[in-house]
Amino acid sequence: MIQTNELTEPTMTQEAAKFSVRNLRLAYGESEALKGIDLDIPEKKVTAFIGPSGCGKSTLLRCFNRMNDLVDSCKITGEVLLDGENIYAPQVDVAELRRQVGMVFQKPNPFPKSIFENVAYGLRLQGVKDRRTLMDVVEKALRGAALWDEVKDRLNDNAFGLSGGQQQRLVIARAIAIEPEVLLLDEPASALDPISTLKIEELINELKDTYTIVIVTHNMQQAARVSDYTAFLYMGEMIEYADTNTLFTTPRHKQTEDYITGRYG
Amino acid sequence: MDKLNLGKHISGQFTAELTAVMSKVLAMGGLVERQLADALTAIQENDTQLANSVITADNKVNQLELEIDAACTQIIAKRQPTASDLRLVLGVLKAISDLERIGDETCRIARVALKTFDKDQEHLLVSLENLGQLVLAMLRQVLDAFARMDEEAALLVHQQDVKADRQYEALTRLLMTYMMEDSRSIPKIMDVMWSARALERIGDRCQNIAEYIIYFVRGKDVRHASAEVIKNTAEGAS
Repeated sequence: MIQTNELTEPTMTQEAAKFSVRNLRLAYGESEALKGIDLDIPEKKVTAFIGPSGCGKSTLLRCFNRMNDLVDSCKITGEVLLDGENIYAPQVDVAELRRQVGMVFQKPNPFPKSIFENVAYGLRLQGVKDRRTLMDVVEKALRGAALWDEVKDRLNDNAFGLSGGQQQRLVIARAIAIEPEVLLLDEPASALDPISTLKIEELINELKDTYTIVIVTHNMQQAARVSDYTAFLYMGEMIEYADTNTLFTTPRHKQTEDYITGRYG
Repeated sequence: MDKLNLGKHISGQFTAELTAVMSKVLAMGGLVERQLADALTAIQENDTQLANSVITADNKVNQLELEIDAACTQIIAKRQPTASDLRLVLGVLKAISDLERIGDETCRIARVALKTFDKDQEHLLVSLENLGQLVLAMLRQVLDAFARMDEEAALLVHQQDVKADRQYEALTRLLMTYMMEDSRSIPKIMDVMWSARALERIGDRCQNIAEYIIYFVRGKDVRHASAEVIKNTAEGAS
């Protein structure tokens, strides 16, 4: 913790905001998981959420493409604005929202299909049939996910034949094939070995030129390495939000300090 | 106020490693402080034996620098310290390099004590006493502030360096008058001058250590900043 006499809290960054969260509250039944979150996610930057288990970081991430809609007892108030439009407004088409805001999970979840069909899946859903178009998109997505060179000679093999790290990059390729604007990554490397983890981190660094990326990670060093901004959440509240270099060298709050230095709270 | 908080890591081993480094730094500081005090005594009392023991003991200071350096390298490699832990390790690495140089300056002073001064030149050595005691007090205080990471005490030390500089200037002027009066005395006076210079440099290095303390507590690097900025930062006003 930095010892200063005055604390003014910058919850917003200076960058153009892709997402703006305003007083977001979320409860699963009686228990409140998010207790009034305000923050801006800057465009074409990597923003990381860190915090102990149960702090609400994954819940917050899932609010960005309304994944929490699938939970029955979930009640949400406040606003999440994507390019200034509230994604929780009644007229919003959730399928279209999820096309704009792609998501990758902790465990790679390829479909039991060929590598090619996994990546082409979203386009086929959109009704694209032209083989040439599909091929172009699949190649571009696999190159974007830094997987093309490893799989270009076996596109028709089953995706389950790939290693865990390759599967995770395949899932990222599938997500970027439909050209989303935002990628949500929920612990994308926590099931992978260190080398595959570094490949994913390298990929994140390349993807941020094109996409706005939000990542949830338990690995603080990973957050420190890949992100431009970091938010620390604790018990449903956002304790501190700062550019990553500042947060990891001179955090302003004791709770942040205790968490990132591995101390008892 | 005591700002050093090494404990409470979930990894007790990490706390133990930081504590061990910190106590080595304090041991090194204590040794350097004793070396300086001995060198000053050796000069005042013309004690060549004491001067020799200061010169031999310098390798202990060097050894401690190497040990602490190695321990910090291991902590960085294994623990990837962040926030205050990181600032502590960086502060320690810088402080020990200043302490090692203070050790070298101290040897330089001790070497002057080995030379023979005529009766009528001994007053030259006495003139070093005031500056020597001031700088020794600064070193003692800054080490004490480092042990507790006390930024207020660090600021006080930092501000005292002006006094040391002023005394050094006055001493230089005095020695120059002696040189003009009697050119045969110049070699001896130059020895005294180099000792005064060494003391002045030790004062600057105490100031550096004070800056690391302020960096640790406030998270702001105040090296090369104006006195006013340093004061405001140390007091938490900016």
